[in-house]
Amino acid sequence: MKYVSEFRDKDRFNKLLQQIEQEADPSRDYHFMEFCGGHTHAIFRYGIAQRLPKHVEMVHGPGCPVCVMPSGRIDQAIALAHDPRVILCSYGDMLRVPGSGRNSLLKAKGEGADVRMVYSVMDALAIAEQNPEREVVFFAIGFETTTPPTALAIKTAQQRELKNFSVLCNHLLTPPAIRHILESPEVRELGTVSIDGFLGPSHVSTIIGCQPYQYFVEEYQKPVVVTGFEPVDLLQGILMLIRQHNQGIFEVENQYRRGVTELGNVKAQMLMAECFEMRTRFNWRGLGDIPYSALRIRSEFAEFDAELRFSLEEPVSREHKACQCGAILRGVKKPKDCKIFGKACTPETPVGPCMVSSEGACSAYYHFGPIEVQVVEK
Amino acid sequence: MCLAIPAQIVEIIDENSAKVALGSVTKEVTVTLIEEPQVGEYILIHAGFALNRIDPEEAQKTLELFDSIDLTEHLGKLA
Amino acid sequence: MRRQAALDFKNGRVNLFHGSGGQAMEQLIDELFVKAFANEMLSAKNDQATFELPPGRVVMSTDSYVISPRKFPGGDIGSLAVHGTVNDVAMSGGRPLYLSAGFIIEEGFALSELREIVLSMAEAAKACGVAIVTGDTKVVERGKADGLFINTAGVGVIENPELSISAAGARPGDKILINGFLGDHGVAVMSQRPGFGFKSDLRSDSAALNSLVAAMTEVCPRIHCLRDATRGGVASVLHEIAIASGVGIELEESELPIREQVLAFCEFIGIDPLHIANEGKLVCFCPAEDADALLEVMRAQPQGTDAAIIGEVVDDSGRVTIRTEYGSTRMVHHLMGEPLPRIC
Repeated sequence: MKYVSEFRDKDRFNKLLQQIEQEADPSRDYHFMEFCGGHTHAIFRYGIAQRLPKHVEMVHGPGCPVCVMPSGRIDQAIALAHDPRVILCSYGDMLRVPGSGRNSLLKAKGEGADVRMVYSVMDALAIAEQNPEREVVFFAIGFETTTPPTALAIKTAQQRELKNFSVLCNHLLTPPAIRHILESPEVRELGTVSIDGFLGPSHVSTIIGCQPYQYFVEEYQKPVVVTGFEPVDLLQGILMLIRQHNQGIFEVENQYRRGVTELGNVKAQMLMAECFEMRTRFNWRGLGDIPYSALRIRSEFAEFDAELRFSLEEPVSREHKACQCGAILRGVKKPKDCKIFGKACTPETPVGPCMVSSEGACSAYYHFGPIEVQVVEK
Repeated sequence: MCLAIPAQIVEIIDENSAKVALGSVTKEVTVTLIEEPQVGEYILIHAGFALNRIDPEEAQKTLELFDSIDLTEHLGKLA
Repeated sequence: MRRQAALDFKNGRVNLFHGSGGQAMEQLIDELFVKAFANEMLSAKNDQATFELPPGRVVMSTDSYVISPRKFPGGDIGSLAVHGTVNDVAMSGGRPLYLSAGFIIEEGFALSELREIVLSMAEAAKACGVAIVTGDTKVVERGKADGLFINTAGVGVIENPELSISAAGARPGDKILINGFLGDHGVAVMSQRPGFGFKSDLRSDSAALNSLVAAMTEVCPRIHCLRDATRGGVASVLHEIAIASGVGIELEESELPIREQVLAFCEFIGIDPLHIANEGKLVCFCPAEDADALLEVMRAQPQGTDAAIIGEVVDDSGRVTIRTEYGSTRMVHHLMGEPLPRIC
């Protein structure tokens, strides 16, 4: 697999690891946050944290749009799915995520709701065309990566004059969530949590480019390295963060140049801007309300907005009191610090966002470790 | 978040869709988000959409960095 | 009695009469099942089969088959229903001999497809040396079943008294072997489902493993566990054995035989090949000193040419872990429900 295998090469991996060992100053600690769930997944999948020097720690951020979807929004989708007119479509990972009362779209399907998993939003559009007598609602989730496809589906529906297709828009924005973490008192004022730099998401950045991160290095003086998802990419990104930290500089660097440019995919950005506008606030599971952190459909496309078509009200989310996901997502706590981790909250019965998807920090800990193993020195 | 994988365009179907191959597995994807896709190019596929193209020169440069003996000296150039 | 017209296997459909015990049902049995499965016991048309078994411990197993799509590259629900139950019997070290077959058919099901499936069962049974000796047919109203469900039960005999194969039999130090590539069946089937649209030359690995097991037990009667890695994939089987035997299992990632097409599919949709279903793969736990000889025997069999040693039993932790190619170790997670494609 070209552009995959080369970046999984074990010799390159080991060489970079040696370089990190040489350059990570033993007299200081390094705490880097990978914002993106894809990085979290790769870190666990390849056991990267185990191979890093002890004083280089990765903090797992909130970058999984499935995990941070609040229960109220999922309840809304479930309620819609139970409407006999409706065929509710969404991506596979969204179907298992619990709303309130441990309900999920998958359970709703079991109860007779017409819930269909799609691989692409265009498949939902095709279902609408094949079922003109039904209302097809696409439960749209995802960051900037998944948003342009939804925009294109809305525009296509308009061109094809589809009357039975609508979108329940829950698209989220990455930069406001990073800002929210950096603004949290533990990180900003109290200094109880040190985040010395960020691995920037790779695929979100293929769309938004590197430029939005410039603000973070200026305002918060933290380095950001946009980094690919393969193990060799990750180590190189971490090495670049270590170097910036050692030198006391903070810049936006791009490790993932093969897929990310300075400005990103402008065509996709324009499409997003045409179809969507900012919501003044959006409630993130575990993080609470974050201003201007999500998108809704513009009035020009109102006929495709499921919130309007079905007169939906702003949902209310009630999260479990003992759940520590908010603190875990800000890097203040670890999964093992949570009282319900592995007890009331397991991958079968997830409570908080970090357990919800396999990308979540708690789920990853539950499945992949931490396990105490002797690392074989090469 | 955002699982995406580089695959090669093997056929342009129409202005909005192309057939891509990852090894010997092929799949039709939407290519509307990229400008002028060409057969032979590698594109990043996410949820059935091409997000962007892979820049072969940049990929090569990154690999050369990994492979160069004096990693320290060269890595600075990425900044 | 007036002779009915022969069943129309070209355009005809199954109706409720075909399951109601009367003439129509008899006709279906005669013209389809008895003819296809062709053995004396079935032709005798009793409600049961009577037979003598060779000496040894008797093994019995049953499984029901519901699959969408019913036909896929490398097999169909019919061949699957034979292979699956034959394999369940064979995993005890027993020799499968006889099968029963129960059909639950939705009203309106095309007779042409039913015949195709029944012929496929007959062919599969013949190829692995078992006879389908008794059966049942029910027809349910339209909408009460998804086309066709098949149940098969199998009877066999463990002739070698030395064999003691069980999920609780794994011991620290055991080597773990597999008879070939992981995930072919699941990917071949999933690729065909609506919405996926992945194309490849991959075929299901659906196959009977009784000859392979016979060869294995002959050379290594000390085999501790055998399991076919069907739904939930190799990961689920290993978890079951780890729990039943109270052992910790460690896999070697670089040793896992996985085809390029399966890897590519998994990359596209974000699932782990260890969680994908197989229908012709077994995992085997044996004492370390027997592993190389066993591997050689497996590789000499048509169903074991790509066999590999993929790991070992390391301790009594009850965990399943995998050593990555990067010198780290991680947990192999126990799947909940079906693997769903991920976007993130």
